[in-house]
Amino acid sequence: MTYTRPRFRNPHLPVNKIGYTQKDYDGALSTLCAGCGHDSISGAIVQACYELSIEPHRVAKMSGIGCSSKTPAYFLSNSHGFNSVHGRMPSVATGAYLANRDLVYFGVSGDGDTASIGMGQFVHAIRRNLNMVYVVMNNGCYGLTKGQDSATADAGSKSKSGHTNPFQAIDLPGLALELGASFVARSFSGDKTQLVPLLKAALAHPGFAFIDVISPCVTFNNNPGSTKSYDYVREHIEATATVDFVPIKSEITTQYEAGSTKEIALHDESMIRLHKVAADWDPQDRNSAMNALHHARTKGEILTGLIYIDESLQNLHEVLNTASEPLNTLEQKVLCPGLKALEEINAELR
Amino acid sequence: MQHLSAINDFVIRFANVNGTGSASANALFAKAIFRMGIPVTPKNIFPSNIQGLPTWYEVRVSEKGYLGRREGIDFMVCMNPQSMPKDIASVKPGGYFLYDSTKTLHREFIREDIHYLGIPLMTICLREYTDPRQRQLFKNIIYVGALSALLEIEFPVLETLLAELFRGKEKLIAPNVKALQLGIQYIHENFEYPLNIRLERRDLVGNRILVDGNSACGLGAVYAGATVAAWYPITPSTSVVEAFSEYAEQFRTDPETGKKNFAIVQAEDELAAIGMVIGANWNGARSFTATSGPGVSLMAEFLGLAYFAEIPTVLIDVQRAGPSTGMPTRTQQADIIAAAYASHGDTRHVLLFPSTPKECFDDVVVAFDLAERLQTPVIVMTDLDLGMNDHLTAPFEWDDTRTYDRGKVLHAADLENITKFGRYLEVDGDGITYRTYPGTHASKGAYVTRGTSHDEYAGYTEDSGTYTRNMDRLLKKWETAKSIVPAPEVRQAPKANECGMIFFGTSIYSSEEAMDLLAAQDLHLDSLRLRSFPFPESVEQFIADHELIFVIEQNRDAQMRSLLINELGVAPQKMIPVLNYDGTPITADTIIKQITKNFATV
Repeated sequence: MTYTRPRFRNPHLPVNKIGYTQKDYDGALSTLCAGCGHDSISGAIVQACYELSIEPHRVAKMSGIGCSSKTPAYFLSNSHGFNSVHGRMPSVATGAYLANRDLVYFGVSGDGDTASIGMGQFVHAIRRNLNMVYVVMNNGCYGLTKGQDSATADAGSKSKSGHTNPFQAIDLPGLALELGASFVARSFSGDKTQLVPLLKAALAHPGFAFIDVISPCVTFNNNPGSTKSYDYVREHIEATATVDFVPIKSEITTQYEAGSTKEIALHDESMIRLHKVAADWDPQDRNSAMNALHHARTKGEILTGLIYIDESLQNLHEVLNTASEPLNTLEQKVLCPGLKALEEINAELR
Repeated sequence: MQHLSAINDFVIRFANVNGTGSASANALFAKAIFRMGIPVTPKNIFPSNIQGLPTWYEVRVSEKGYLGRREGIDFMVCMNPQSMPKDIASVKPGGYFLYDSTKTLHREFIREDIHYLGIPLMTICLREYTDPRQRQLFKNIIYVGALSALLEIEFPVLETLLAELFRGKEKLIAPNVKALQLGIQYIHENFEYPLNIRLERRDLVGNRILVDGNSACGLGAVYAGATVAAWYPITPSTSVVEAFSEYAEQFRTDPETGKKNFAIVQAEDELAAIGMVIGANWNGARSFTATSGPGVSLMAEFLGLAYFAEIPTVLIDVQRAGPSTGMPTRTQQADIIAAAYASHGDTRHVLLFPSTPKECFDDVVVAFDLAERLQTPVIVMTDLDLGMNDHLTAPFEWDDTRTYDRGKVLHAADLENITKFGRYLEVDGDGITYRTYPGTHASKGAYVTRGTSHDEYAGYTEDSGTYTRNMDRLLKKWETAKSIVPAPEVRQAPKANECGMIFFGTSIYSSEEAMDLLAAQDLHLDSLRLRSFPFPESVEQFIADHELIFVIEQNRDAQMRSLLINELGVAPQKMIPVLNYDGTPITADTIIKQITKNFATV
């Protein structure tokens, strides 16, 4: 069932620049297991959208099938959502994005949805550089069907039933980098201080922004021996840098030691500010990002944070050179060539 | 020896090698006959191959206006040694066989009952041209020239066509005209001409046009206001989106900025293509895809979602011979059941069955209106014969006062006046509910679209009562569809009778011819041409009014017959299948044989 939240308003709640309280970004009550990492991610999405002052109804929430794909119901209830077909969210999002370039497209998927059944669509969405955020809530297992290994489960990772996964994991950020994604990041559902600014940066990015969020499954994959458990992830996490997202024309208040900070200006004049930057890593150099990922993997670390960003890549609308107004707003008189043109076509066919 | 004799009534077949440039020469031949005011039907019979394999082009000329395929070759133009034995065997006694006599025909190729017309085409080409490619291409034009002398095609007509064909490349006109003359000259010097089978100018074409169904579908999508097309290449549907692209480039590109009022994506597969179409339609843009049988199978899962989540979707299925890859370059009407019930669970989809390119155009326009009115997938069922062959058809029509039916959509102002919006809440009694586009209103009208069971307010539910209520409403919508889909075309025979025939799509041509020929034998049949599924009430009435119904279709399993029996509860015994499933278009001869066989036993 869909359980809507009670709508009691505290008149003293703070509001953002467009007059919305954070509660205006809430969704229906979650029906996921208590302690599910996915709910923390939903919370981070709410916070990021609130802080960025995005009008909730201008967001389109897209998802496939699985526990993760249920979450769009649990945030932004004033946004349209589309809980589509298993692994096929990217194609539905592509169509929606082509129809209206003015909405914010927020895609949510899982490791089964993206790394297995939807792999084909995922890689092609990257190739086309849709202007969307694509979050994978990655728990290394199939929750809704009770805990089978997914394709992102690490080789040697042990499931709750004691089974050891014999297959190599598909590393989604590595794959996205290889395929030319224009924004690649990884985070952890248990680290909101990192996830929220990453989500904001992803929302501001004008192309395909991919965030792999490790999100432990408390019911089926949070046991000793699992490499996707809260404990394991906390012990092995390593960040590329600490991320701040600085919205358009905001004053920079935090100060960091000179030399350890890197600023990346986004094209809407907002800024990603990185500090405590890892040595030998440049987020605007694909090779460097790839090296950082490989290096961390060799050391047995889970590299998180912003991994790579390229603001210059053309998105699909730019490539197709479509009209600047949304295609779904064009009227018949613009779209239909009319009788006279048809008579000319008839004449050519005689 | 017998000489076939006929004015404006014969079948000529060209046997060529795929990839040798014969297609444009053969098209020139057919178009010249069309320009002489004589009804003509050209058909490509081609292999799934780019270069090297045999390919045929068959042209039927019919003063009576019969546009279906006819069995029996009166005139064979054989340019392919590979297929020669078979080609010689296919000529009717008394018919003609034109070949390249540069090499002498082997004795085993000589039939006593046909006429041989040997032209040393390669010798002429070697003499006249130095460039190997020119030798190849002009050989085709030379035989067209020869045919024009033998069959009396008016030379100025050919000249005009060449001028139109090479508009912008004028320097190609003269060498082509010369090639035609080389062929004519050879006939004049070596044969008696014209033959007894030949052409004579008439005024029987009227204002009709010559065009293929796929181009008509693509053009229809432009007129219907489609802005998003997503597709995956598959024979024989590929040229639908290519035509859409061409016409959209012409009519929907801003001349100053070059910005396009449309978007076309070549998807990674058919699954993605239909997903994109559903996403775009969900978001309020008219969107479509085109595919063939294997693509329909891949799209089936998504079609179920579109049916249950009630998202307008337009799909053009250019059917080919299956199952599996089957014969991808041959025609059939074999996706009827697969399309009607595509997907898992209880699903039914609206189907339209155009018979002519004119109807392809009209039906695609109607499909968008129906899809948005009914908020459901609509599949336009054409086939390879209709899609890839030129057909003589009524000119395209458009009424400038016509407006698109965008269906029940609530905009911001409408939402202001509503206390609680229910996406699946029925208010009008027709089973159709109101939808909103994403991003319409700050606090009203948003909902989550899902394939999972939902209540009237789009909330997720597994409550049995709510689920059943929703499924029953979808059935009510199906009933509504029956009254708004295109009505069948019924023809009453001049004499009252107890037998009727039902046909649809490209079977129209041979069915109507068969009806005339049967009437000449005093066998009068009423007829009904299906134009859509669900079947409007008049279909049930027609079946009830007749003792025996012949269901003419181009598949092995009598799929339309099954659909009629299943949907209308008709007694199977009264429904007699008349079938052709060899991959070529059904002929009147086939229909007559199968029908009269039944009459002998009735």
